[in-house]
Amino acid sequence: MQVPEQAGADSAAHGLADFLERRREQLAQRWADGPLFRTVFTVSRDEAVEACKAVVDALSEVASTGRLESVGAPGFGEVREQLGRMAASRAGRGFTPAQIADEAAGLRTAAVELLRDETEDRPDDEARDVLLALTVLMGTLRLVIMETTVSAGEELIARQQLQLLEVATPVISLWEGVIAVPLIGTLDSARSQVVMESLLQAIVEQRARYAILDITGVPTVDSLVAQHLMKTVAAARLMGAECVVSGIRPAIAQTIVHLGIDLSSVLTRSSLADALAYALSRQGIEVSQRAAGANPR
Amino acid sequence: MTPASDPATATSLPIGSDADLAWVRHQVRQFAAELGFGLVQQTKIVTAASELARNTLVHGGGGQARITPLRNGPASGLQLVFIDTGPGIRDVELAMTDGYTTGGGLGLGLSGARRLVDELAIETEPGQGTVVTLVAWVSRASAVRPGSG
Amino acid sequence: MTAPLPVPGTPAVPVLALGNILLVTLQGDLHDGMAEQLQQDITERIAHSAADGLVIDVSGVDIVDSFLGRVIAEIAASARLMAARTVLCGMRPAVAITLVELGLTLPGLETVLDAARALELFAQAPSGAGPDRSEGGT
Repeated sequence: MQVPEQAGADSAAHGLADFLERRREQLAQRWADGPLFRTVFTVSRDEAVEACKAVVDALSEVASTGRLESVGAPGFGEVREQLGRMAASRAGRGFTPAQIADEAAGLRTAAVELLRDETEDRPDDEARDVLLALTVLMGTLRLVIMETTVSAGEELIARQQLQLLEVATPVISLWEGVIAVPLIGTLDSARSQVVMESLLQAIVEQRARYAILDITGVPTVDSLVAQHLMKTVAAARLMGAECVVSGIRPAIAQTIVHLGIDLSSVLTRSSLADALAYALSRQGIEVSQRAAGANPR
Repeated sequence: MTPASDPATATSLPIGSDADLAWVRHQVRQFAAELGFGLVQQTKIVTAASELARNTLVHGGGGQARITPLRNGPASGLQLVFIDTGPGIRDVELAMTDGYTTGGGLGLGLSGARRLVDELAIETEPGQGTVVTLVAWVSRASAVRPGSG
Repeated sequence: MTAPLPVPGTPAVPVLALGNILLVTLQGDLHDGMAEQLQQDITERIAHSAADGLVIDVSGVDIVDSFLGRVIAEIAASARLMAARTVLCGMRPAVAITLVELGLTLPGLETVLDAARALELFAQAPSGAGPDRSEGGT
């Protein structure tokens, strides 16, 4: 903004703040009928009007400080959470950010109409400046809404990722005192944290003495994956359970050797069946085939 | 005692005795729980705080701990700063090595604490004391990166 | 400001004798000085009694840092020198994960799920027979 215009811009901002305060009620009524608010506050129109008033108040506060273009203006702080909830609700119904932006633009149209009606009879410079200020401010509000939309989306994605992790890591009870986690897919740090936590929790709940980590479904084992496995084994041991890593395919075994990864502290078996057989025999349980011809009883 | 989410509010605690270490652990646990850290993360943060507070006491000859809640968009975090005016650390890299010890411990204090939190920074000068700052963010599966706003 | 004292859960650590076995239950937040005192107490108790087994129950402990970890490892090592077998039990999942991340895996220390399992272990292999693992079968 250039210096000579500063004074004019300031007075325009104050004129705008006046307008917003004066027309608070009408503006809120119009906005409450727009799709952005109407579809979120479906139960009570009064509630929608109240929410709109809060936004109008925030805008007039921002206008009175003259920081029309500042997304970070303190006045927006109050309504940011509310706008975030609205954006999340729209996004939850499958609206794209672009569609939400269009709806936010609709707020400007309503405000501009109201201002035009008021200044129709005196189209002077001051009125023009206030209109300009309003356009700028509404643009900023739209940005604030977009910002909350995007961060609401990020939160949703993070939550879904977490759910996916939990779903992808079931702990299975194989025998009394023997549990197993079939690992499928890449074992990164976040995933191995979840695996470790659910495995240890299951050890407590099922009073397991043996825990089997089956890596048949893990595509590659590098030194990082090996480190995650060793940590899990060590943590299980601290809780009094012995861990067996099973499902080491020939290709994986070769990779481990080639990379010089030391898995000597970890008990390994080639298949889940072998690991279970080990756990059973350690508990003194023998599984044998019935002699041919013998009856069950 | 309710920690505000305002980043400007820091709580300072003195570190001068065994009992102070226990109090620091207690307070860090309270803040971490209120900020929404899960049990495992709480345990990691309190353990890291215990290691660093003990360093402050044993190597730094006492000092203080400062606890500050952090907020970055949707992410909540906790910053802990440990300050002493002791002899400082001559070789920070060496001090960060597993197994390196001058205090008769297992030498896992600094290096171990770093693995328990998201960030750990040391400012030190021989004879000028030591400031260790650590930061942990409430984890949401994919670690929310600070500084993206 | 809040007063630095008292922190809940800091009475002296009780050492219970069950036949030949000493049962130590750690609870709450252990001050460094108390942990060192405990180390001394236990070794004296083993030396002056017929105890050949030691159970350390940490189910009531919120955190184990490298200091407490070292104290536990040293208690076990001194006990072994006096021909007593140490079993650590009751570690919480969050504590186990943290210890491993810290780099403290307490190798060489026997661990079981809880105090009941620890006593079971001594019942199976009585009088300092050492960790001879044979048929368990419950």
